[in-house]
Amino acid sequence: MSTNHEPTAEQIKENKLYLQMGMTDWEYERAVEKLGRIPNYTETGLFSAMWSEHCSYKSSKSVLRKFPTEGARVLQGPGEGAGIVDIGDNQAAVFKMESHNSPSAIEPFIGAATGAGGIIRDVFSMGARPIALVNSLRFGDLTDPRDKFLFEEAVAGIASYGNAMGVPTVAGEVQFDQCYSKRPLVNAMAVGLLNHEDIQKGLAAGVGNTIIYAGATTGRDGIHGATMSSSELAIDEEAELPVMQAGDPFIEKLLMEACLELVKSDALIGIQDMGAAGLTSSSAEMASKAGYGVEINLDLVPQREENMTAYEMMLSESQERMLIVVKKGREEEVIALFTKYGINAVAIGHVTDDKMLRLIFKGEVAAEVSADLLAEDAPSYQKESKEPASFAENQAIENKEPQVTDLKATLLDLLQRPTIASKEWVYNQFDTGARTSTVLAPGASAGVVRVRGTNKGIAMTADCNSRFIYLDPETGGKIAVAEAARNLVCSGAEPIALTDCLNFGSPDKPEVFWQLEKSADGISEACRKLNAPVIGGNVSLSNEVNGVSIYPTPTIGLVGLVHDLKQVTTPGFKQAGDAIYLIGQTATEFGGSELQQMTEGKIFGQVPAIDLDVEVKRQEQLLAAIQQGILQSASDLSEGGFAVALCEKAFATNGLGANVSVEGSAITALFSETQSRFLVTVQADQVAAFEQSVDDAVKIGTVTDDGQLVIKSAEGTVLIEGTVEQFHAAWKGAIPCLLNSED
Amino acid sequence: MKFAVLVFPGLTCDLDMYHAIEDTVKQEVEYVWHTEADQLDQFDAVLLPTGTSYGNYLRPGALAKSSPAFKALQKFADSGKLVLGVGNGFHILVEADILPGAFLRNNGLKFRSAVETVTVENNNTAFTNGYAQGQNIALPVASEFGNYYADEKTAQELKNNNQIIFTYTNGNTDGSTLAIAGITNKKGNVLGMMPLPERAVEEVIGGTDGTPLFHSILNNWGEQHVN
Repeated sequence: MSTNHEPTAEQIKENKLYLQMGMTDWEYERAVEKLGRIPNYTETGLFSAMWSEHCSYKSSKSVLRKFPTEGARVLQGPGEGAGIVDIGDNQAAVFKMESHNSPSAIEPFIGAATGAGGIIRDVFSMGARPIALVNSLRFGDLTDPRDKFLFEEAVAGIASYGNAMGVPTVAGEVQFDQCYSKRPLVNAMAVGLLNHEDIQKGLAAGVGNTIIYAGATTGRDGIHGATMSSSELAIDEEAELPVMQAGDPFIEKLLMEACLELVKSDALIGIQDMGAAGLTSSSAEMASKAGYGVEINLDLVPQREENMTAYEMMLSESQERMLIVVKKGREEEVIALFTKYGINAVAIGHVTDDKMLRLIFKGEVAAEVSADLLAEDAPSYQKESKEPASFAENQAIENKEPQVTDLKATLLDLLQRPTIASKEWVYNQFDTGARTSTVLAPGASAGVVRVRGTNKGIAMTADCNSRFIYLDPETGGKIAVAEAARNLVCSGAEPIALTDCLNFGSPDKPEVFWQLEKSADGISEACRKLNAPVIGGNVSLSNEVNGVSIYPTPTIGLVGLVHDLKQVTTPGFKQAGDAIYLIGQTATEFGGSELQQMTEGKIFGQVPAIDLDVEVKRQEQLLAAIQQGILQSASDLSEGGFAVALCEKAFATNGLGANVSVEGSAITALFSETQSRFLVTVQADQVAAFEQSVDDAVKIGTVTDDGQLVIKSAEGTVLIEGTVEQFHAAWKGAIPCLLNSED
Repeated sequence: MKFAVLVFPGLTCDLDMYHAIEDTVKQEVEYVWHTEADQLDQFDAVLLPTGTSYGNYLRPGALAKSSPAFKALQKFADSGKLVLGVGNGFHILVEADILPGAFLRNNGLKFRSAVETVTVENNNTAFTNGYAQGQNIALPVASEFGNYYADEKTAQELKNNNQIIFTYTNGNTDGSTLAIAGITNKKGNVLGMMPLPERAVEEVIGGTDGTPLFHSILNNWGEQHVN
């Protein structure tokens, strides 16, 4: 990269060089007007990064305002590194989910690894000890070699970073659909724990206080990552790809320990991760939030490469770096603390009262821009929104059962769909037990970690069925939140708050923006009904390959509280003789279902309906029953419907089987994806108590000890019969088999 | 009895080891950061937790040699006091030549997290006297480098001297020589093992088969210190 021949401010204007940095003409003119002069090269870089969608949410702000963000437990809502909710006993859970889609599409191992690294930093920058990781992943359907590669490498990347940090991965989900081919989604969520008095914020306050740079050196990696993340990928073109930022979890582990020791010190004023747009976003945001200015001497920034320019240093996204503000005069002790952990820390500037971000480079002012103008006063757009014609067309299609001849073969096929199949291949690569607090590991409905020294647990899950959202974003948005809540409730947890990752196509397409708005409406309504506010999140727009958008995928990361670890419940059968109950009626609802995709090769029609009042009532009754200890197992019905859920209950315990009968049409009963349904098992002596406390529950059969799965119709005709082992083998072997198959 | 959890940079599961001592044998336990290892002689036993010391750069455990704690650890082991290294702690003991052998990447070439059935091959040690000879126990493993390697001569010596303490019972997924899961040095005062006993000390986290190992250490110490 050329270092000595930066274009002049005039050249940038005349040749419209800002366009290459992702700024529009209008945005550039706005910057010129607000600045009162034409910005130089470094300043144009600051604007382009801070006004990118990734940093400014300029296209999505109007949508984000729809989310309910307040609640009795909320200590910190959206706007900081992560949100914080009270969990009692003066403790709080800190969490956030973030996307790393674009980097993962280019370099999946590094991209996914730094995604995990970045979200961990967001959590410890709030003063919290990261205690668990969750991930939500989307890939093409594993028929294309590139998609297999992306899948294998992204999983290995997350594992490499999370494992080396000693933060267990306790939950997650992976789904496969061709809409994600070559454009994977890698969403990582971290959950931390802190005591209320240790909450930190990213504030650069107090004139004269010192700005300290801590962590890895700054290199030329990841320059303009934030801008890149906000634009479409042209995968098939031989485009010049940016230099990806690589992560080093070893440095991050040391940085984390030092920062968590620092938060106990009264020398600390504010701390923020240098994430997207690196030094630019951290310094401008810390100053803007605090209402102060900052002056940074870039010559003091630890540099990895020679002859770096002000522009390169400010735009670098080198990983494992933190910006810290400490009280004047306390610099030495803070630097000594970092040195103990082998981490480089240097004073690079100070807080001012003029609200400017001022950069000194080689003794001269290289940039001087109002911090508010970069951060808070970034442009915001009301994008055009238009209902796509396909929506009305789909709504007009009558609900119909897909054609299925052999029920057992269909079940076996469904169990081998990668979205439904066992994800053991994925989660066996994650260290799930580090920190020795994992009560429920991946494979259960949700992850649960205990809070040491108490009898509480923090539960977490990530969910989003994007097929439903594609067909009907509002209903699909409700379903995404409701399904996440079902997973928590089935594990014995009360949902308390959520984070989201809004992965969509280009907001410049009115149909995509409509999806964004409608799904946000659905999510918001479900959040209100379920009393789970949104306390933070991330937006990832322009997820497109060659002009084609992914299915809209607003991933929900939901956190819940287990009040007593004895109440933790798992999906699997516990013992023979237990009664099996189905909660909720089943309708013929196949729009966007796994069976429809499998048999028709596409999705269409109306998605399953959801009545949030019914949903809330069922969840409340079920959670109460779990808390009273009258359930042996609980699971929700999702992709693949009843038959798949029943199988998964049987797979969990060797030797057990089930003998059940179902009402109505077999295809609907077995495979429909009607919402708000659960399968639970109850010990014989608790049956009366159960039936009293949970409505809409029908006893459909019993757990058996013969290892057979038998599903009959109400008339007694055998619909599906086979050994549990046979179904289990199909389900368990599907993903390794797909990865090993030659194409 | 006084335990040290010796922490090299990048070891992540120091907390797990610390709590295992607090929760099982309830003895004194302290973290010792690697630059403070000159204090090790105040302790009765040193515990090396698992993690990713020095980012596993070069080879897992190899860069621990660059730490001032390296010599102190060797000295402590030579003194005959007990040293337990698990996971990456086992790697460090091998790289320090305190235990024989070497480590390779798992046969599956990936990090592998699972619960393994492990057989107690020798219960006549300071670490395993609380188990029955031949007892099968369930312990978690979590490593990308769980494949223990010893050449033929070393393996024979380990066998002859009853230094093989644990083996994998059902299969040998990672590919270890003789299905070895844990070995001691000749003297028997240093145990390295890939399964993680400190992660199996409470029912709420999935089992208690690791608990007897910590009680064995305390029993042994008690017998040595009857007066």
